[in-house]
Amino acid sequence: MIHTMECAVDAQSLISISLRKIHNSRTQRGGIKLHKNLLVSYVLRNARQVYMNEKYAEIYRMQQYEEVMTVCNEIQELNPLDLVEDCEEQTVDCCSSMNESPSLCGALLPVSHQASPVQHIQPTSACSVPIPLQSEEVCKSPDPSFYRSCCAEAYPVSNCDFSPVNSMHCNKTTVLDLDTHVVTTVESGYLHQDCCASLQQCCQGAQSPVKKRKLDFGYYVSEIEEVPDFTPCKRAKFEDSSYACTEPLDTSNISNLISIFGSGFTGLVSRQAELEQALNGQFCSKQALASLGAWTRAIVAF
Amino acid sequence: MAGLGGGGNDVQWCFSQVKGAIDDDVAEADIISTVEFNHSGELLATGDKGGRVVIFQQETENKSQPQYRSEYNVYSTFQSHEPEFDYLKSLEIEEKINKIRWLPQKNAAQFLLSTNDKTIKLWKISERDKRPEGYNLKEEDGRYRDATTITTLRVPVFRPMDLMVEASPRRVFANAHTYHINSISVNSDHETYLSADDLRINLWNQEITDRSFNIVDIKPANMEELTEVITAAEFHPHQCNTFVYSSSKGTIRLCDMRASALCDKHSKLFEEPEDPSNRSFFSEIISSISDVKFSHNGRYMMTRDYLSVKIWDINMENRPVETYQVHEYLRSKLCSLYENDCIFDKFECCWNGNDSVVMTGSYNNFFRMLDRTQRRDVTLEASRESCKPRQVLKPRRVCAGGKRKKDEISVDSLDFNKKILHTAWHPQDNIIAVATTNNLYIFQEKVN
Repeated sequence: MIHTMECAVDAQSLISISLRKIHNSRTQRGGIKLHKNLLVSYVLRNARQVYMNEKYAEIYRMQQYEEVMTVCNEIQELNPLDLVEDCEEQTVDCCSSMNESPSLCGALLPVSHQASPVQHIQPTSACSVPIPLQSEEVCKSPDPSFYRSCCAEAYPVSNCDFSPVNSMHCNKTTVLDLDTHVVTTVESGYLHQDCCASLQQCCQGAQSPVKKRKLDFGYYVSEIEEVPDFTPCKRAKFEDSSYACTEPLDTSNISNLISIFGSGFTGLVSRQAELEQALNGQFCSKQALASLGAWTRAIVAF
Repeated sequence: MAGLGGGGNDVQWCFSQVKGAIDDDVAEADIISTVEFNHSGELLATGDKGGRVVIFQQETENKSQPQYRSEYNVYSTFQSHEPEFDYLKSLEIEEKINKIRWLPQKNAAQFLLSTNDKTIKLWKISERDKRPEGYNLKEEDGRYRDATTITTLRVPVFRPMDLMVEASPRRVFANAHTYHINSISVNSDHETYLSADDLRINLWNQEITDRSFNIVDIKPANMEELTEVITAAEFHPHQCNTFVYSSSKGTIRLCDMRASALCDKHSKLFEEPEDPSNRSFFSEIISSISDVKFSHNGRYMMTRDYLSVKIWDINMENRPVETYQVHEYLRSKLCSLYENDCIFDKFECCWNGNDSVVMTGSYNNFFRMLDRTQRRDVTLEASRESCKPRQVLKPRRVCAGGKRKKDEISVDSLDFNKKILHTAWHPQDNIIAVATTNNLYIFQEKVN
C-alpha cells in the first residue's frame, strides 16, 4: 500500500515532474535512456494510483450528503420487497465473474446490507491500493442515482484493444454522476471504487432517467457507453485477474510513454500544466488524470 | 570509531594522492565514469565522459621498505571512444566510457576492454624503451638518404630510449547492441567476455569481432509489456559457465551456459520480498540494482541498490545473507532526490582482496566501508581538505534528525552534487581508488 500520507497534491506534482522528465529525455544526449524512463513510468503509475484514489474518495465524500438526501426521498416511493430480490440477484451476478481475481474480489464481495462494508481491500500484492472509505454511511444510504462502474486497477492494461484476450475486458470506464449528469469516460484508465458501496446503492436504487453529456479528451476518442435505461446494478467489468499483478502483463506503459513523444506528448504535458494551474473543480483534475490513461495506447517506439 | 577491520586488524586509512584538476568548475568531459585496477594492482585505469582512458602505474621501487608509499603516476592516456552519430535513428552516441575491464596478462603487453553505449574496444598497452638506430638508407629523423652518398654499410642496433607507452586499438566490437551497454565482464576462460545492454547480453570471443552470441534476451514481444531491464552483468570469477545479471526490479539471475544456448531461463533467481511498510512512490526506483559483483572467492555476490548493499550467498536465493544501509537517512528525502534526478544515480560497490570488507560511495563525497567480519561500518570523506600526505581520514557522521552533535553533518547540508559513484580496491593490498566528480583519490592503509 502506498503511503497515502503523501497526499493527492504531492501525487499530482509528481505526475507533472515525471512527465517533464520523460519529455526532457527526448532531447538528452545519447538518446532515450530506457532504464530511467522505465523507472519514471513506475513513479507515474504509483502517483496516478494515489491521486485517483484520493480524488474519488474526495468526490465520494462530497457526494454523500447529497446522496443521503436523494435516497431518502426516493426510498419513500419504493416498495421495499421488490428491491431486496433484485439486489441479491445483482449481487451474485456481479461477484461471480470476479472470483478469480483475488485482489479485486475484495472489492466485490457481497456485503450484507447491515454489516460494515469493506473498508480495506487488502492487496494481495503490493500493486493494488486499498481505499479506506467511510462506507458505513454509504451502506446505510445507498444511492441508486450515483453509479460508478469500476475498472479497478492493479496494473494498467494497455493493449486492451489489440489483444483478443483483453478485448472483452474493460478498458473504458464510465463515471456517471447522476447528480450533475456528467459522464466521464476514461480510456484504459482505472478508477478504484468502493464497489460494495455501489452495489448497496444499486440494489436499492430506483430507475431514473439519465442524461449524458459527452466529454472529449482531445487526443483520443472516448467512447461513451450507451446506457439505455439506467440499470442500477450494471455489472462492473473488471480486468481479468491475470492482469492483476502478474509480472508479464504489467504494462506500465513505459514504452508507450516513451513512444508517445512523437504523438502529441507535448500537448499532454502542456495540458497537464494548464490543468494544474486551473485545479478548480474536481473534474478538472480528474480529466487530467483520466486523460493520462490514454497513454496506454500501444505505439511501439523501438 | 577509529578504524575498521580488514582481516581482523584495525585499518586506518590515510590520504595518498589525488589526481585531476583542482578548480571547482568541472568540465563535463572530465567527469570520471569508471575506475578499475588490473589483476596485479600495478595499473589503475580510469575512463571519463570525454571518452578518454587514463592509466596510472604504481611505482615499484623501494617496495620492500615499510615506510614506502607506493605512488600511482600517469602511465598512458588515450582517446578510447569518440562521439558518434547514428544517422538512421538520428541519435547521438555518447563517447562516455561506461566500463573498463582488464584482461589477464599473457605477455609483456597489457590489454583492456573499454566500452561506451554501443561499441566495445580492445586496447593493447605496450611499452617501448628501445629503438633501432643506424639504418643505412634512412636518417635518424626518418628522411631517406641519397643512395649515391652511401659508401659503407652498418648493422642497425637497438639503443635505449625514454620509455614510451603506446595504446593501440586491436579489436573493435561494434553493432551488436541496440540498447545502451551497461556492463562488460571478462570470462575466467581467458577467451570470451560478455557485454550487457538494457535488454540483452552477448557473448564474444576476444579475438572475433564480426559476430557474437546472444545469450540473454529479455525484450518482450510487445514493448508495452516491458517491466524490467538488465542493469549489470558479471561472469563468475572461477566458473566459466556461470554468470549473473541484475535487473531494475531488484532481482538477480544466475545463469548456466551449459544448460542451454539461450539463458533466458535462469538457474537461480535471487530476490528478497519487498517490505510493504516501506512502500512509497519510489519503491521501484530504489530497489533497482545498480551494480553486482562476485566476491573473489566466488561464493558470494554483492548488489547495490539506491539505499543499501546486500551480500548474497549464491546457494541461497530467497534472501541476502547480509544487508547494509548505506545512507538510510535519505529515505525521507526521496521526493527531492527524484526531482533533482539524484535518485537515478548508479552507485557501484567493490570487495577488498579477501572479501572481508566492502566499499561503496555516497553523497557529499562520502564513501562507506562495511566490514563483514567485524560488523562495523565507517563513513569516510574524499575531500581536498584532508589532502596532506599520510593524513589519516577521520570518520564522518551524518545526523539524520534531532540535535546535531559536534562533528556531525546534517542531512540537509549534504552536497548532492558531490557523489562518489565509482570506487575500486586493489586486489591484494589495502589501497583504494575513489572517484569524485572529476578527481581520483587514492587512499592507503596507514603503515606505522
